[in-house]
Amino acid sequence: MSRLSTVLARLLGDTEADKVVPRSGLALWLTVFTAAAMAFLSVLALAMSLATARLADRWSGAFEGRATILISAAPEAMGVQAQRVLDILAVTPGVASAHVVDQGEMRRLLAPWFGARTPIESLPVPQLIDVEETPAGFDAAGLALRLAAEVPDAHLDDHQRWRKPLVQAAARIRLVSVLSLILIGGATAAMLTLAALASLASHARVIAVLKLIGARDAYIARAFVRRFTLRSLIGAGLGTSAGMIALATLPGASAPGGLLTGLGFSGLQWLWPLAIPPLAAIIGFWVTRTAALHRLRRGE
Amino acid sequence: MIGFDNVAHDFGSGALLSELTLELTAGSFHFLTGPSGAGKSTFLKLCYGELTPTSGTVSFLGRNIAGMNRDELALMRRDIGVVHQDCQFLDHLTLAENVALPLAVSGRRIDPGELAELLGWVGLSNQAQALPPTLSGGERQRGALARAVIMSPRILLADEPSGNLDHDLSMRLLTLLVELNRLGTTVMIATHDLALIRAAKTQVSARVMRIKDRRLHPAGADL
Ligand SMILES: Nc1ncnc2c1ncn2[C@@H]1O[C@H](COP(=O)(O)OP(=O)(O)OP(=O)(O)O)[C@@H](O)[C@H]1O
Ligand SMILES: [Mg+2]
Repeated sequence: MSRLSTVLARLLGDTEADKVVPRSGLALWLTVFTAAAMAFLSVLALAMSLATARLADRWSGAFEGRATILISAAPEAMGVQAQRVLDILAVTPGVASAHVVDQGEMRRLLAPWFGARTPIESLPVPQLIDVEETPAGFDAAGLALRLAAEVPDAHLDDHQRWRKPLVQAAARIRLVSVLSLILIGGATAAMLTLAALASLASHARVIAVLKLIGARDAYIARAFVRRFTLRSLIGAGLGTSAGMIALATLPGASAPGGLLTGLGFSGLQWLWPLAIPPLAAIIGFWVTRTAALHRLRRGE
Repeated sequence: MIGFDNVAHDFGSGALLSELTLELTAGSFHFLTGPSGAGKSTFLKLCYGELTPTSGTVSFLGRNIAGMNRDELALMRRDIGVVHQDCQFLDHLTLAENVALPLAVSGRRIDPGELAELLGWVGLSNQAQALPPTLSGGERQRGALARAVIMSPRILLADEPSGNLDHDLSMRLLTLLVELNRLGTTVMIATHDLALIRAAKTQVSARVMRIKDRRLHPAGADL
């Protein structure tokens, strides 16, 4: 316990030094409020970044190594065409296995759209052939050409077509949210610097007296560092809690709705935002110390 | 302890002080006098490094003050107790906290017993918890003296320490300063209180300097 308080005193400056500089209520609350608002925003940006990462994973992983061939021919020609496609696949390098999706599987696939009791026999749905690739994969362009030539009603869908732009969009959104996090950190540092400089300027007389009686710059800086570190920590703690509560009350991440309902943390990801208050405190500490020492050296 | 070597100073509007050469030897007792605006406070500020001379060097224990870095300057000031003309208290701290501030600032332990004794020595035991703005001018000045000596400095510089004191109190203050000097502290007092100087000369062998025409002169025989 006493070791902890020594470490804290080292980090935050002693209470003695803190007391020497009078506090001003409004400035205190403005700093806490700023830190809180910034922390709230970073929780959202962090959630955005994690959610898009999750989504991109899901999209790029879901159909990895699989392709589908659709055959839309007249019902009576369906069987023959399917067999010809399977024959072609059997001699295509890179194909591990292929099978015709049967009616039961079809029903399962279509159930979310049409309901479980759909009479799919009477629907003009295409025949699907599920293809599993070997790890090396097959030459999609070559296979598509061959199918076009030999079974014109078959169409290869290797899922890349729709998956790629989604994965790309997810990566973009992720980049933007990471950028937002960096910007929020930078803005926090800038605002804390301004607050610290304003505080130093408004206590110029106190600083002058301290210097006259032999205070080192480090001692004077500590008086300011302590309060700004604590204010950033407390403010960020409040903002982070508020952000986490806001996210927890959003519809669950497990609901099938993609990005909108997936915005939030899942499982251990809830630990991530807990890093925000300590980070804010580090920013507060570092920025105030730098600003104070810089100002003092310039002789103000 | 403090040496002036051909020091000149001006604030940008013509020379205020020039050709100052002087050595404050350890244990000496000096008075600095001269009309208002002659530069007495300026001289003291040159001594503890608040001002840097325009030319010449001021040294502390043989080291040029102008060449010290900020930490060295801070450490030097712990060795020089200063009673400022305007006291320089922090108004949000009590008198006792103000008096103990040099200890706090240099990371030394504050012994409540010693602090109380020091406040008693300057006759401010009852005012320990008062805020500086509520004190009388004389009380503030005695408080400033207590703060100046709490670090047991080698040198005590006092700028008009009797400025707000009646005759009895300034005699009491003088007794305190003479007592400190007997304990080995070098004392330099800037004042135009001639009564104070005359009274001091009966108690210690004090050198009296006068600033006249920008230069430092030994005071006349009337002192
Ligand atoms: N920081 C400053 N900038 C410009 N001029 C100054 C500054 N400080 C003092 N002066 C000028 O220098 C002159 C000497 O000031 P100083 O305070 O040293 O006088 P003093 O002898 O202590 O006077 P007093 O007996 O009234 O205290 C004054 O004319 C004053 O206006
Ligand atoms: Mg003066």
